[in-house]
Amino acid sequence: MVCSGAVCAQTIDIKLAFLSQAKEKQPALSNLDAVLTDEGIQGARLGVKDNNATGQFTGHRYALRYIEAPATADVAVAFKQLVDEGYRYVLTDLRAATLSPIAQLAIEHKVLLFNVSASDDALRFASCNDSVFHTIPSYAMRADALAQFMLKKRWTKWFLINGSDHEDLAFSKALKRSAKRFGMSLVAEKTWAFQHDARRTAQAEIPVFTQGPEYDVVVVADIKGLFGEYLSMNSWLPRPIVGSQGAVPRAWHRTHERWGAAQMQNRFYKQAGRWMTDVDYAAWLAVRSLGEAVTRGQSIKTDDVRSFMRSDQFSLAGFKGTKLSFRPWSQQLRQPILLATDRSIVSVLPHKEFLHPHTYLDTVGYDRPESQCQK
Amino acid sequence: MNKYLLIALIILSASSLADTLFITLEKDNALAVVNGETGTLLKTVTIGQRPRGIALNKQQTLLYVASSDDDTIQIIDASTLEVVGELPSGEDPETFAIHPNDQWLYVSNEDDNLVTVIDLNKKSVIQQIPVGVEPEGVAVSADGQWVVNTSETTNMVHWIDPLDQTIKANTLVDPRPRAAAFSNDSQRLFVSSEIGGSLSHINVSSKQVEAKLHFSIPGVDKSLVQPVGVLVHPNDKVLFVALGPANRVAVVDIQTMTVKKYLLVGQRVWNLAFSPDLKRLYTTNGVSNDISIIDVENLKVTKSLRVGRYPWGIAVKQ
Repeated sequence: MVCSGAVCAQTIDIKLAFLSQAKEKQPALSNLDAVLTDEGIQGARLGVKDNNATGQFTGHRYALRYIEAPATADVAVAFKQLVDEGYRYVLTDLRAATLSPIAQLAIEHKVLLFNVSASDDALRFASCNDSVFHTIPSYAMRADALAQFMLKKRWTKWFLINGSDHEDLAFSKALKRSAKRFGMSLVAEKTWAFQHDARRTAQAEIPVFTQGPEYDVVVVADIKGLFGEYLSMNSWLPRPIVGSQGAVPRAWHRTHERWGAAQMQNRFYKQAGRWMTDVDYAAWLAVRSLGEAVTRGQSIKTDDVRSFMRSDQFSLAGFKGTKLSFRPWSQQLRQPILLATDRSIVSVLPHKEFLHPHTYLDTVGYDRPESQCQK
Repeated sequence: MNKYLLIALIILSASSLADTLFITLEKDNALAVVNGETGTLLKTVTIGQRPRGIALNKQQTLLYVASSDDDTIQIIDASTLEVVGELPSGEDPETFAIHPNDQWLYVSNEDDNLVTVIDLNKKSVIQQIPVGVEPEGVAVSADGQWVVNTSETTNMVHWIDPLDQTIKANTLVDPRPRAAAFSNDSQRLFVSSEIGGSLSHINVSSKQVEAKLHFSIPGVDKSLVQPVGVLVHPNDKVLFVALGPANRVAVVDIQTMTVKKYLLVGQRVWNLAFSPDLKRLYTTNGVSNDISIIDVENLKVTKSLRVGRYPWGIAVKQ
């Protein structure tokens, strides 16, 4: 295909879908934050806009289809519909348990999936499914980033508090793995099970709950935020709160503005009328990864795109001060993790003092020798 | 020899060597004025908000400064240092370049994916050219035939023909291209890629990347080597590349596209400029808040000078 100047002789269309499932209404602590109905898709839209800005010079045109399955529906039906309509690139905003069977179907139909919201480690290293690329950081990456920072601060005695749903346990498992990896000691581990007397307030309940041995920091795994917000200022000992609340390891945060991120934040805000979230960022990364692979690999075939994205030639700029690439053993996007409190960035991990023979980015998350997927 | 003649000669030779540096201070909203020969800070003048790109007109009477947070390019009298006007640059101007005809100024508008062309005589916009996402570097060839613009997220060099102010070609380069610089014979273009960690050598007639140099410094993490500013020596044999957080300037042999030497300078080295006699090279170092002065002949860093917070751009007046 020949492009002269801004005009291309022939345009190649790339169909891209964003597959989501309506979430069951969650109990909320308060109505402080509006429930987002467009999380993820806004990031994908911005990515498509960016890809098309490049596409006008390379002759590629990206179109995005948004499909949301009802909360109780079988997502496989929606997925098959997309396959029948010719979609070969699908961003998924699904829970791990829903994504696993879809990932199997993806192999069958030669579809590439981009997981933009599920952080479960099991998805990445147990199934060894090369039809899925993960642009959202795994729980292991987040937990390792947190542990690196704790080690640097010498906050080595952890009081761990877990929620009780699947996500909480997955994150808690990752935290315990990181504690072992970085030599932390778990001096206490408790589960918050909502068994307290409802007449007692959090202010009364939490100090008692957090009594125990001497600890440096309270580490919490409460992904939905059902109780974690109450820990700050209420713990028995005056200690920082980290994990799912307090200082949170994450992919993106609205206060991040280094490395050109300010421009990204502005562009996103202009489009969406709200700040970018982790899932929006992961969706943007997914669309941009595809864009990079298509532009540089000069092919829109899924096999070619996959092998290009897995290769050393692939590199993506993601406003984090270093190039991002995929780990071939898990197809997880390597990326720095932002440790952020509500209104500020505390640190960007991994720190370079944590050495690695290949790239410092692989000091967080499952490294090649730990993976069962030896590709 | 007559005593007075001798003194006059000394004064003459001194004044012919003396150069004045104008350095934009991004965080101080100010302009630092430095005597380049002695390496002393003469004064600091308050200007617009978040000043970044800076250039002199041909007569060296006017300074143009991109005042990013004011969405304008300020025109400053180079001798009185007073703001005498402004240009309609569009939103968030960062870097710009002036055509050799001293009439057209090309500025990238990062948030709007545009390059704005301004007529310097009329102080009005001639054209807005849609380019890739997050346009950054702008350069004009010495023969005036090409204007190039790099786009950081699209990863391309867009070739603009000044005759009709439209894009004629695009060249794909490594991730996050920043600065572009033409060789003085206008035959070659050099583009730095911040995330790619590389410098592309592009043939101007074919618009193809002919050679690529990946920087690697022993003992420095590869991810820290982020090339930004590029400056080609007028002899077209050697060029200098600022390597950002690697805190070094690479001296590159153009013929072989190999690094002759890495010079350790201040932190997050950003932009580069020569003294008029080509004896000194100046670098702005964003994080260490200083400039480094390099002896070009011996390739040695001779001095660093604190100038203010976040020194960004630099222009040199004879």
